[in-house]
Amino acid sequence: MMRNSHSLFGGCWPLTLECEEPGERLGEYHFEKAAMKPVTMICPNGHLGFAPLKVESFHLGVAANPDYVAADSGSDDVGPVPLATDTSASPKNWQEHDLEEMLLAARKLGVPMIIGSAGDTGTNSRVDMYVEMIRAIAKRHGLAPFKLGYFYSEVDKDLIRKKIQSGDAIEGLDGRDPLDETELDASDHIVAMAGADPFLHLLEGGADVIIGGRSSDSAIFASAAIHNGYPKDKAYMLGKLLECASFCAEPYGGKETVMGTISPDGIDITAMHPDQRCTVASVAGHAMYERANPFHEYVAGGLLDMTNCHYEQRNEKTTRVTGPKFIPAKQMRVKLEGAGKVGERFVGIAGIRDPHTIAHVDQVMDWAKAEVLRKFGETGYELHYSVYGRDGILGAMEPKRDTPAHELCIVVQGVAPTSELAEELALTGTRQLFYARLPNVKGTAGGVSFPFDEVMRASPACRWTINHTMAVADGLELFPTHMIDIGA
Amino acid sequence: MTRKLVDIAKTIRSKNAGVDKITFDVIFQTEDEYKLVRDSGALTRETVADLYGISQNRITDFVAFDPAYAIKFSILRDRPSGSAGDPDIFGAQQYAPLMDIEVPSR
Repeated sequence: MMRNSHSLFGGCWPLTLECEEPGERLGEYHFEKAAMKPVTMICPNGHLGFAPLKVESFHLGVAANPDYVAADSGSDDVGPVPLATDTSASPKNWQEHDLEEMLLAARKLGVPMIIGSAGDTGTNSRVDMYVEMIRAIAKRHGLAPFKLGYFYSEVDKDLIRKKIQSGDAIEGLDGRDPLDETELDASDHIVAMAGADPFLHLLEGGADVIIGGRSSDSAIFASAAIHNGYPKDKAYMLGKLLECASFCAEPYGGKETVMGTISPDGIDITAMHPDQRCTVASVAGHAMYERANPFHEYVAGGLLDMTNCHYEQRNEKTTRVTGPKFIPAKQMRVKLEGAGKVGERFVGIAGIRDPHTIAHVDQVMDWAKAEVLRKFGETGYELHYSVYGRDGILGAMEPKRDTPAHELCIVVQGVAPTSELAEELALTGTRQLFYARLPNVKGTAGGVSFPFDEVMRASPACRWTINHTMAVADGLELFPTHMIDIGA
Repeated sequence: MTRKLVDIAKTIRSKNAGVDKITFDVIFQTEDEYKLVRDSGALTRETVADLYGISQNRITDFVAFDPAYAIKFSILRDRPSGSAGDPDIFGAQQYAPLMDIEVPSR
């Protein structure tokens, strides 16, 4: 399920929520049902760039004349390395492929194109990269001039430091403690998660194309619905349903286009691929995907409550959703994501086939660990062993770790401040498996097999340092917007 | 008489829910199968904690989700996803032990 990869709010925000009085709600959205025209949008990819969109269903979606073409390009599923090192997890040409398809379609239709969380992480460099890609695509195809809006999401450490020092707690999510300056300093890049506001601001400014920094998936689509006068309840629900493209359809198949239509009657979600359908089961099943709880979705400024949602099959390919509720937060808080580099990393691999050695694999690893300890001391590095064939995937949660397979693969990771040290560390931790002194072993010419007698450089070891929320004055505060003319 | 969960459920999956949690979905084709498992006592906060050898307070959510015929729970990771030594960055293979859960027939 890795293709769908943008869990945003797995946890519970420590938000203080208030329920609006019905009268207030009516006051805010005093629209006549008849005055609201349906708005349609298509989403071709649940994580733009991670794997290319499928063009057939996208072109069917374009042929249905949607009012918006939109997609999310971000994820925290790709791990902390891209954010910590300010890189993308996806090749540039995959990203450009999808941007090109979407831009050409949107300009031909004359409707806005909206992208959120540019380049996996939504850092400033990723936004700039997408802006330049749009500029290059437009030039290559000789597109008529259009307005490009974009916004940044990166947050300056000093701003956060001042908040911490002034006692304005950066509250932890998912059981984390409030952020302290040590963890702040361990972070190399920090992004804030935008809600609908910066998108909405750019739409109101007349943007034809929007490239967003880090943003909630659902907010990308919600902004377009709000721009057309729809209340946040339905707008965010529409976004929630569309954000993963065809993951809300069946049979399983990613990167296919789906279409969402918001109207006073509800939200209709339709699969565009000829062989896919949006069913009650697939749409409801998607509502709970990648989040800790199927009823709640937290975004900047509030909570989408799906507890009372009703799902109804409208026709073979379309399911209608009604009954979502948006509960505004008393205090506007935005989620922060931060990641930092821990050290350089090298990886070694060893195999074991001798049943006696397999039965005593912990002793084998203890020998190698002791050799590392003797050479490198107790601190200043990390050494990790994963034993595939025993508990390499679940670790301590593996119920069957006492019944290992007939052969094992040990993956060794050495992490240290410099490449030289990390390489020597990983090599010691790997090669000493070979020399482990195991009582009663029959094979005395080497305790493990090596597919190659070396260790390999891997990406730097990084970690998620920040999964927190910060109070802001409004939904635009951390997200400076810009508007430029392309092709003028 | 018991049947294994893998023979009853349509979908059994796990996936990241943010960087600090893994969420598990068990989804059934029919309401009958859903209710059979939901009411059987075989898939509960207690049985899951026991199966994975973790304390119950690491299970942050455990809900039955009627519209999808689904049972869903979430576990706090022992370290954030993608930290060195984390063998499952996406949390995508953590569901497998659930397949062997024995569900009593009605």
